[in-house]
Amino acid sequence: MTRFRALALLPLMAVLSGCNLVVMSPSGDVASQQANLITISTLLMLLIIIPVMVLTVLFAWRYRQSNSTAQYDPDWDHSTQLELVIWAAPLLIIICLGALTWMATHLLDPYRPLDRIAAGRPVPADTKMLDVNVVALDWKWLFIYPEYGIATVNEVAAPVDRPIRFNITSSTVMNSFYIPALAGQIYAMAGMETKLHAVINEPGSYKGFSANYSGAGFSHMRFTFHGLAGDGFDRWVADIKAGGGKLDRDGYLQLERPSENEPVRRYGAVDSGLFKAIVGMCVEPGKMCMHDMMAIDAKGGLGLAGIDNVMPLMHDKLSRRGTAVLGPAPVYVAGICSTEELTGRAVESSLGVLNAPADESPISGAGLPRSSITPISAPASVFGPRLTANP
Amino acid sequence: MLDTSTVATHPLFGRLTLESFPYHEPIVVATFVAVVLGGLALVAALSYFRLWGYLWKEWFTTVDHKRIGIMYMVLGLIMLLRGFADAIMMRLQQAIAFGGSEGYLNAHHYDQIFTAHGVIMIFFVAMPFVTGLMNYVVPLQIGARDVSFPFLNNFSFWMTVGGAVLIMVSLFVGEFARTGWLAYPPLSNIAYSPETGVDYYIWALQIAGVGTTLSGINLICTIVKMRAPGMTMMKMPVFTWTSLCTNVLIVASFPILTATLVLLSLDRYVGTNFFTNDLGGSPMMYVNLIWIWGHPEVYILILPVFGIFSEVTSTFSGKKLFGYTSMVYATVVITILSYLVWLHHFFTMGSGASVNSFFGITTMIISIPTGAKIFNWLFTMYRGRIRFELPMMWTVAFMLTFVVGGMTGVLLAVPPADFVLHNSLFLIAHFHNVIIGGVLFGLFAGIYYWWPKAFGFRLEPFWGKVSFWCWVIGFWVAFMPLYVLGLMGVTRRLRVFEDPSLQIWFQIAAVGAVLIAAGIGSFLLQIAVSVWKRRELVDRTGDPWDGRTLEWATSSPPPDYNFAFTPMIHDNDAWWDMKKRGYKRPLGGYKAIHMPSNSGTGVILAGISVVLGFALIWYIWWLAAVSFVALLAAAIHHTFNYHRDFHIPADVVVRTENERTRLLSGQV
Repeated sequence: MTRFRALALLPLMAVLSGCNLVVMSPSGDVASQQANLITISTLLMLLIIIPVMVLTVLFAWRYRQSNSTAQYDPDWDHSTQLELVIWAAPLLIIICLGALTWMATHLLDPYRPLDRIAAGRPVPADTKMLDVNVVALDWKWLFIYPEYGIATVNEVAAPVDRPIRFNITSSTVMNSFYIPALAGQIYAMAGMETKLHAVINEPGSYKGFSANYSGAGFSHMRFTFHGLAGDGFDRWVADIKAGGGKLDRDGYLQLERPSENEPVRRYGAVDSGLFKAIVGMCVEPGKMCMHDMMAIDAKGGLGLAGIDNVMPLMHDKLSRRGTAVLGPAPVYVAGICSTEELTGRAVESSLGVLNAPADESPISGAGLPRSSITPISAPASVFGPRLTANP
Repeated sequence: MLDTSTVATHPLFGRLTLESFPYHEPIVVATFVAVVLGGLALVAALSYFRLWGYLWKEWFTTVDHKRIGIMYMVLGLIMLLRGFADAIMMRLQQAIAFGGSEGYLNAHHYDQIFTAHGVIMIFFVAMPFVTGLMNYVVPLQIGARDVSFPFLNNFSFWMTVGGAVLIMVSLFVGEFARTGWLAYPPLSNIAYSPETGVDYYIWALQIAGVGTTLSGINLICTIVKMRAPGMTMMKMPVFTWTSLCTNVLIVASFPILTATLVLLSLDRYVGTNFFTNDLGGSPMMYVNLIWIWGHPEVYILILPVFGIFSEVTSTFSGKKLFGYTSMVYATVVITILSYLVWLHHFFTMGSGASVNSFFGITTMIISIPTGAKIFNWLFTMYRGRIRFELPMMWTVAFMLTFVVGGMTGVLLAVPPADFVLHNSLFLIAHFHNVIIGGVLFGLFAGIYYWWPKAFGFRLEPFWGKVSFWCWVIGFWVAFMPLYVLGLMGVTRRLRVFEDPSLQIWFQIAAVGAVLIAAGIGSFLLQIAVSVWKRRELVDRTGDPWDGRTLEWATSSPPPDYNFAFTPMIHDNDAWWDMKKRGYKRPLGGYKAIHMPSNSGTGVILAGISVVLGFALIWYIWWLAAVSFVALLAAAIHHTFNYHRDFHIPADVVVRTENERTRLLSGQV
């Protein structure tokens, strides 16, 4: 009987071996440890699941009504020993699994720098971690290499056996950064930076994608991760540098417009403050960065003056801005910096908002002290008049 | 893609224009035509047979918990067909969208379908089914004549219908949300979803949520205050116990959903920044709040079903339930723990290792009482005399299926494992494994078990067995490939695929979905055949399964007043105990019975709420104002309704009970 059952499983095995269970046989050390954890946990639970399934079938068969030889004991409804066993058996397994979980969760915490590049191979002392800044855009991925000053779209590479630290954010909605062959996923969220430490052990090209639904172009939000051996990575970087092209803030604002099925793009140079500005949601000139806002708030905030330190929001993220129908006109908090810096940037900028004539009259408001801060456009109160449609 | 700062709203029609009707989507138009034709046929039939007055007087305005329970089941069944239509469309799309093919659904349509599928299946299929069974069975099991607040019960039902109506309207007017079933911001914020879809989502859930919360309060009161004399808490049937815990969960968790959706509405309507990216908002807050409701919701669905399995196993094994006390404690422990695990839905949001471990381990701890329950059913079967009627077949199928889902669930509770399996098709397979293999199998067991009680005849078993095998095999064929695909690193909600090696698995899953369709078809056929042959399948005893709990003590279907005399309870298998001690049904001494009166106010209030919701969705402000005032006026008007109760005269009770005596003696 058992032999026949094994035979019945053969075709299933054949089909399974034909497909690539990347989660169970990955190419990066972190994902390998995660796969091992899945196997160990499953085996631990099967210790109790299999007996339950066998007993279910056995009891259902043995105590069927037509089997009059089986014992019938209609009032037997309690047994202290048995109850102890049925509570203790799952408890023991959960204690083992819980201990395993506690250790593995801390060991494989995506924020924790790696201490090994593979089983039995600790990270060499002189290894420098590769920083990759990741931005989820609608609907493509931007990768910035701060160490090399290059950037790519929908393509990312790393040398084999060198620890990588991904610093992950998003320009608009929530996504999840996931390369199954390399390591587990982590969310990409606007205005926040999540981290993922990983290492690739085998050269090759692997699939990466967003694992959190993010709108119409989600299905195509894919990229390729290359694990490059030898001097492959250095050549890849050199190629990109030689290819030229620069990703500056204006270029980024063009790039982050929603688009689908984007081809791979490479930039030989990149604005060094760009990633920080993306995380601070202040790539648009004149907008206050989150970290500045938090620093000001930590010092006690701007008080009532803060209420008026806002600008009318014409285009945030350049498109598809619905507006709360009963709410005030949308605004953003204006950056606080020198007038020269603001106006200077406005002149360089090709953006419509900032090409508007600068209003340099001092900020004003009920009970406010005269301020020396000069916003560049007419101050708009949160309760100000509604903006009209932009033709 | 809006590029404007203001929304053009017409004073009369709000933002409703001709373009809001999806007449350019052939699939929707065909559905619309079918629905209109079907609807017209139904209206014509009801008018031809002069059934409107009957339906209004006997059903729509009823405050009888039994009829309301049956109406909940009808609602659940209708919405199951809609939710399943969505499911099979998704399966078809994913089975063909390979090798550059875009399939047959564009992103705009497909994204609405998977959102609608989730929302409908949870809120308008599983919830009405569960609430319907609790409504029908609980008062009978505790020997009560109705629920504590009969009118509130009717109102709750119609509010649930109101939410379902709004979702159905979104199919033909405007669009439904394209956000996934929990509408995570920032995607669901006005900035990224400026159209009406999310507003339909919000108002449908808010209106239905009123009904769910009130029905939870009602059932808690009923169970706490209206038990027959002698029925102490530890003598309550297990289904009543699980219902009590479920309704406690409902009352404690649905207000969180309501508050979360209110905050989201404020963001969308008045420009606050609770969940926006900018200006201090935090989308992570929404994710936390929605799952503080969402995880208890899972147990709201599964606990009553655990109760059903307990009743069924005990009845069909002809044996007392093994470990009643530990069963009750397991239920209570699950109720409490279900509030301590919500973060396991987003380990990947970047919490620290200690936070993730805490929530991972609390999740695993829930599997201990759940495991104890499984063992209790197992040892109830042990040394029993198991009759494999349909309810018991579903129970055994559940035990074999659910443990697999439970195992993958615990696996997903290990945070590092979740990092590679989160949002993948493995997750989809897991929760369908517990919701179909747990909740749905249990609902079928419950439907087959209590059907003779509700209608006085059994369901014909042949088509039931066909349905059973189609469902069970269909489930395994449809969802095992999804486990495999999850391990191949395939994520959820994808519309098109690049890797051709995945296609075979999606095709297998589609075959499974077709099998499940056959299961649903056979179930409907079974009901039709059983109604046709109802005279052959009739049950005159009121106790066709040799039952153990009080609902089997009365006739099938029970009279309006359930019990002519309130029974005295001495044991937790009350009816079994009465039978064992040679209970003699009293044949005289009947008195008039005090009962609540019907009321049409529930239908009216829910109807106005739907109009209010529709007006708010489309920014038709005058209509919103008018319907809001009308809602208040109708509610206040109802407080002046003094015709709230009546007495069933003693001679009617005598006639009803004599008829039962005649049936029981077999002189028909």
